[in-house]
Amino acid sequence: MTALIETLCLSKTFTLHGRGGLQLPVFAGIDLSVQPGECMALTGHSGSGKSSLLRCLYGNYGASSGDVRIRHAGNWVSLSTAAPREVFEVRRRTLGYVSQFLRVIPRVSTLDIVADPLRRLGVGAEAARAQAAQWLQRLNLHEHLWHLPPATFSGGEQQRVNIAHGMITAPPVLLLDEPTASLDADNRRVVVELIHAARAQGSAIVGIFHDDEVREAVATRCFDVEQHRSPV
Amino acid sequence: MMDTHYNFAFLDERTKKRIRRALLKAVAVPGYQVPFGSREMPFAYGWGTGGVQITASLIGLSDVLKVIDQGADDTTNAVNIRRFFARTTGVTTTEKTREATLIQTRHRIPEMPLTESQILVYQVPMPEPMSRLEPSRRETIKMHALSEYGLMHVRLYEDIAQLGAISRAYDYPVMVNERYLMSPSPIPKFDNPKMHMNPALQLFGAGREKRLYAIPPYTQVRSLDFEDHPFEVQRWDHACALCGASESYLDEMIVDDAGSRLFVCSDSDYCEERRDAGHVGTQQAVTLHDALATPPEAVTPNEQEAA
Amino acid sequence: MSAAPGRPQASSHRSAQHEGTPVIPPVLLSARRAGKAFVHQGQPRWACRGVSFDLYPGEVLAVVGESGSGKSTLLRLLAARLACDEGSVHYDVRAESSEKSGNESTGLVDLAELSEARLRWLARTDWGFVEQHARDGLRMNVSGGANVGERLMALGARHYGHLRSEASSWMQRVELDTGRIDDLPATYSGGMQQRLQIARNLVTHPRLVFMDEPTTGLDVSVQARLLDLLRELVDELQLAAVVVTHDLAVARLLAQRMLVMKDGQVVEQGLTDRVLDDPQHPYTQLLVSSVLTP
Repeated sequence: MTALIETLCLSKTFTLHGRGGLQLPVFAGIDLSVQPGECMALTGHSGSGKSSLLRCLYGNYGASSGDVRIRHAGNWVSLSTAAPREVFEVRRRTLGYVSQFLRVIPRVSTLDIVADPLRRLGVGAEAARAQAAQWLQRLNLHEHLWHLPPATFSGGEQQRVNIAHGMITAPPVLLLDEPTASLDADNRRVVVELIHAARAQGSAIVGIFHDDEVREAVATRCFDVEQHRSPV
Repeated sequence: MMDTHYNFAFLDERTKKRIRRALLKAVAVPGYQVPFGSREMPFAYGWGTGGVQITASLIGLSDVLKVIDQGADDTTNAVNIRRFFARTTGVTTTEKTREATLIQTRHRIPEMPLTESQILVYQVPMPEPMSRLEPSRRETIKMHALSEYGLMHVRLYEDIAQLGAISRAYDYPVMVNERYLMSPSPIPKFDNPKMHMNPALQLFGAGREKRLYAIPPYTQVRSLDFEDHPFEVQRWDHACALCGASESYLDEMIVDDAGSRLFVCSDSDYCEERRDAGHVGTQQAVTLHDALATPPEAVTPNEQEAA
Repeated sequence: MSAAPGRPQASSHRSAQHEGTPVIPPVLLSARRAGKAFVHQGQPRWACRGVSFDLYPGEVLAVVGESGSGKSTLLRLLAARLACDEGSVHYDVRAESSEKSGNESTGLVDLAELSEARLRWLARTDWGFVEQHARDGLRMNVSGGANVGERLMALGARHYGHLRSEASSWMQRVELDTGRIDDLPATYSGGMQQRLQIARNLVTHPRLVFMDEPTTGLDVSVQARLLDLLRELVDELQLAAVVVTHDLAVARLLAQRMLVMKDGQVVEQGLTDRVLDDPQHPYTQLLVSSVLTP
């Protein structure tokens, strides 16, 4: 069985030109590979580059060297060399991302935000909203919030919107950045179930789980980013 | 008798040749405005210098000249221009349309159908049909060249939107030969249909703007309109008081302090011919009350709805 | 404990692709080392130089930079309002008669080779250009309805009733009160004038829309609603667009891709979120760090 996401000698260093070219090395030489049904947990202390690695896997951060490849429509797509159009296609159909903080598109209702990834796959408005409603219900987001834009929601509510938005299309590759950080025990349990279901459907998952309990419940492997800290 | 202090028809031969050249070009491209070197004439711009220059370039000893202004031979302008040519050429002049070979007109087309052996010369104040919509001459030249006339249709649309109908009653824009948008000069829209497939040669001269254009005989001339707002000519509910004509363009003259109106053919020659042939009108003015009321049988379904 | 909702069923074709190798649509707009110089005191000064990118149908490209960056000059080069002094701009021109019959592409054509008549026709049909100031992109002396209907009339539409209903439906689409169809644009507010400008441009279903600072100068709340509208329209109509803006938030909201320009050069380009979240070039880093977030 082929992996769905791989990195080849991936390295990331930030160069702060505003600080006279100060270099901030994050990690170097990361080779990882995740198979369908696996959930790889990135571990390491805060500041070790876990989030940065995840963003590199999404193409949100560029790789300083090395490569990130995603298995998309039967082919490998390299995020470093792919045209923006291709990366968007990969994100549309294959690669999902639940970020730590919800970046809010202003004035769009929660329901429509969550339904949007389905609309991009060609699902009709009615059906997409119906599915979005199911997910929000599952995540215990009260119905009266569905027609409001999430800008004023609490951290936990925003996170649940984020999760629904990132997982609703059941992407083959799923990246999760602290999906349970602001959630109570009940909702953490729901998220664990959702992750299990995604794995059962064959998704490859890479996630950062601050909560030990959650990590133990969902992760099939761990990857210590700290070990790959760049030499300063 | 011709005044020998001037060249024949006032203009020098070189100028006439230049104008004729421009006219040939105009005839070759119906409706297209050809620039020409407009000369200083012994009267001011705005009084028909363009038309006079065309007439002067074409007139010969065998011609018979008629000059009308708003349809009449006896208004000041018509009389002056006719006298000007009589003096500078000695050519025979006439008031009868059927006798003329060369007819210079301001703001009307004669009611009598013209023939292949006649030339109609129009006096044009502003040759550019889109001048009020697009002030830039460079831009309008481009529009004509590229046949981009959406702007004019925008104007007509706007008229219907704001006024309920296209409001132009005169100088109504036409498409010549389905290619060039043209200003027919300030003739009433009533006269527009006469330009279409006319056996006579129609020439247009604008002296101040220094452009001339032409409609060759038997050319397609179509007044602009919308499919659901088709072009319509003016109609009157009264006939000419003098000759009884109901198909000609009527002047409406107020004849007393009570507001009584006399409707009379604008084309004086046409009216006279009809009278000579025995036609007689009501011979009386219409009182104010009658003038404003529409006789029941003349009301069309559209007007009835509006009323 | 119910399972997560299942895989979606792709139904209506909006941007859906078949499973398997996706069909790559042909490039719509291609800039190849495009450059424009103005002569200043005898010396050529390159307002923009060496710009290259390929734009595909449905893609929105933001061109971001401060004043003097050359972004507006670039937009004018792309829209053939200026001629390239270096390089070229190519567009996938549809055969002229195919508005009704379908999209017969004639392939990428160098805009410099098109006649003026063809360029003007292109600008009236397959392209839109939304000006920064609505008065530059509207006829201020005719009604809203006439403004929206003009392109249709230029293409030969001759039925007043149909023109009016088209104008009306487009006004609705851009959230303008159709009761104002006969009002002059001067009586509209700034935001409404921009909406009218957008409707006027979209009425011929262009595939590519150029926008020059479409929301700059409007009140903040008006800007916001206009951006929403633009986002929806671009999405719904699958428009490709090149949006010039100095506002990074506009770029993030509207565009998938971004060019960052400084002194006439493209200093960075790529996915909008990548450029904004992980800027590489010193100037981009400066721009991003300078943005105030309320």
